[in-house]
Amino acid sequence: MKILVTVKEVAEVDDEFEIDGLDIAEGSLEYDLNEWDDYAIEEAVTISEARDDVEVVTVTVGPERAEETIRMALAKGADRAVRVWDDAIEDAQFLDVDAKAELLGAVAAEEEPDLVLSGVQAGDDSNGATGVALAETIGFEWAAVVNQLDLDADAGVASVHRELEGGIEELTDVDLPAVLTIQTGINEPRYASLRGIRQAQRKPLEVRSLEDLGLDPSVVESPLERTSMYEPTSESDATVWQGSADETAESLASLLREKGVIEG
Amino acid sequence: MTVLAVAEHRRGDLRDVSLELVTAGRELADELDTDLAVAVVGGDVDAFAGRLDREGVDTIYTVSEGEEFNHGVYTQAVEQLHADLDPTALLVPNSVNGLDYAPAVADDLGLSLVTDVVAFEGGDPIEVIREQYGGKVETTYDVEADQYVLTIRPAEWPAAEASGDATTEAFEADIDEAALGTTVNGFEEVAGGDVDITEADVLVSVGRGIEDEENIPLIEELADALGATLSSSRPIVDNGWLPQNRQVGQSGKVVTPDVYIAIGISGAVQHVAGMKGSDTIVAINTDPNAPIYDIADYGIVDDLFEVVPELIEQFGGEAPDL
Ligand SMILES: Cc1cc2nc3c(=O)[nH]c(=O)nc-3n(C[C@H](O)[C@H](O)[C@H](O)COP(=O)(O)OP(=O)(O)OC[C@H]3O[C@@H](n4cnc5c(N)ncnc54)[C@H](O)[C@@H]3O)c2cc1C
Ligand SMILES: Nc1ncnc2c1ncn2[C@@H]1O[C@H](COP(=O)(O)O)[C@@H](O)[C@H]1O
Repeated sequence: MKILVTVKEVAEVDDEFEIDGLDIAEGSLEYDLNEWDDYAIEEAVTISEARDDVEVVTVTVGPERAEETIRMALAKGADRAVRVWDDAIEDAQFLDVDAKAELLGAVAAEEEPDLVLSGVQAGDDSNGATGVALAETIGFEWAAVVNQLDLDADAGVASVHRELEGGIEELTDVDLPAVLTIQTGINEPRYASLRGIRQAQRKPLEVRSLEDLGLDPSVVESPLERTSMYEPTSESDATVWQGSADETAESLASLLREKGVIEG
Repeated sequence: MTVLAVAEHRRGDLRDVSLELVTAGRELADELDTDLAVAVVGGDVDAFAGRLDREGVDTIYTVSEGEEFNHGVYTQAVEQLHADLDPTALLVPNSVNGLDYAPAVADDLGLSLVTDVVAFEGGDPIEVIREQYGGKVETTYDVEADQYVLTIRPAEWPAAEASGDATTEAFEADIDEAALGTTVNGFEEVAGGDVDITEADVLVSVGRGIEDEENIPLIEELADALGATLSSSRPIVDNGWLPQNRQVGQSGKVVTPDVYIAIGISGAVQHVAGMKGSDTIVAINTDPNAPIYDIADYGIVDDLFEVVPELIEQFGGEAPDL
């Protein structure tokens, strides 16, 4: 059995940041493995540890810098990695959901996985849509926002809990092959061990261009055009107390006394 | 033309976001100078149609297929309705279920998709606004497409209230049962546990800024000193540092205490969904740009490890050694 895990390197914005044109200034960004994908990797690796015929492959659309993040996934137990990138992707203003689904879908078409795990959302873009769009692109079944997974590969069914709003879970059987978007909390992602990190250096990481995947550069074109990026004008009328910690704590304490939270 | 909005319901109730979708749909239809159609798929469609008949809705399409949400049924029904009406815009809630079928419909029909839209403007092309990087920036996009799908963030538009005079039509969808690859077997509610955070007058709520499980007693001590109840954002529960019944937010509890003190919580939209109805909101966060300050009434932009011990002392408690 083969499990494909989509892994994104996400950008996190520093507390103090600058906007440069239509994006955050490079100097204000730090990169990390997407939180949701960390849980997806853990889920795949756990399945692979419970059986002896499972290969876990990760796929990332990202520049060379993303290899640090990909190695992290390999260190946690994925077997090998594919990274998709080339000049046409680099030149695109951004990748919309459809483009990402096409790119990831082309890799899925080559790998022919039985199961694809992706994250519910990317922490930076927050589309929350790539997994389901990918499923449709490759003709797989799917389930969004999965917080419990019970795989019966022989029967070809994944029994999942989908986390709905307000503490309600939907219990659903999904026919395989399928794409499941994984929610945080489904498991406890491991830390990469030193041994894992060493081994990751030797695991295969293959870079594929659009041409390698048989895709036309037009797949990255989008009918969406980003026209501006700005800090939202705060509707806030918050009173922000200034001063040292004991001064601000005192201001908050008086407020709480005023509100009758505490006597005296 | 036409704007087509698809309502959402669960276990017999129309969800609030459906009426917000009517408001957003009417706004968009006005921009495009066209009609607003609303569809409801499954459940007691006639009762839902009655509730969806709000001012500004031209036509309501009822699709009597199934009881609860099933993404295969929704995808097929909405695609068929789409073929019939040929709408410029398809609006779907940016909810867990909305995101379980809207991307598939968009992909299948070759429509451009923008999710979690918080505002839009103009008609040709339409410009949509969404948030990125955890709500720290807003980005605008021109949608250069004749037809598109937008998922609409809950609680951004007011619910449509005034009653309307829409025409209701039953739409006969032709559902291919054999093509359905998922079966919904039921629902489960997250266990209640010992504490009900929705009953508390004062909540002291802790987020990822606390860094480590070993630091949680600091916040516990503050809650004790205030006679308040301890709650948290999601990562604290995901990490197993506090039980699930303490989680505030979209997938946790909706709370409305007199005072909500958010400590080391950024104010992600899914968290805010659970606490924005609090009377007085206080935030303690080192990041002056954290979105929590947009809804806070009072704030301390400082390190919680400095401020919280001082606070505990103010109330005669003793901060634990960490
Ligand atoms: C479908 C879905 C459902 C979700 N449901 C929920 C939900 O119900 N509830 C929920 O909370 N989230 C939910 N989330 C997750 C949500 O998107 C955020 O990831 C989460 O709310 C972030 O929690 P946080 O604010 O504690 O952490 P972060 O966003 O990491 O914020 C930590 C904050 O602590 C501050 N900080 C760091 N160090 C210090 C310090 N020393 N002193 C003071 N401040 C400090 C930082 O500046 C930062 O603002 C959901 C997500 C999805 C996709
Ligand atoms: N560039 C990318 N490379 C690999 N996977 C991605 C990429 N972008 C998104 N994904 C996957 O799709 C999920 C949802 O992303 P999004 O729809 O952008 O919020 C992420 O959690 C990833 O698993």
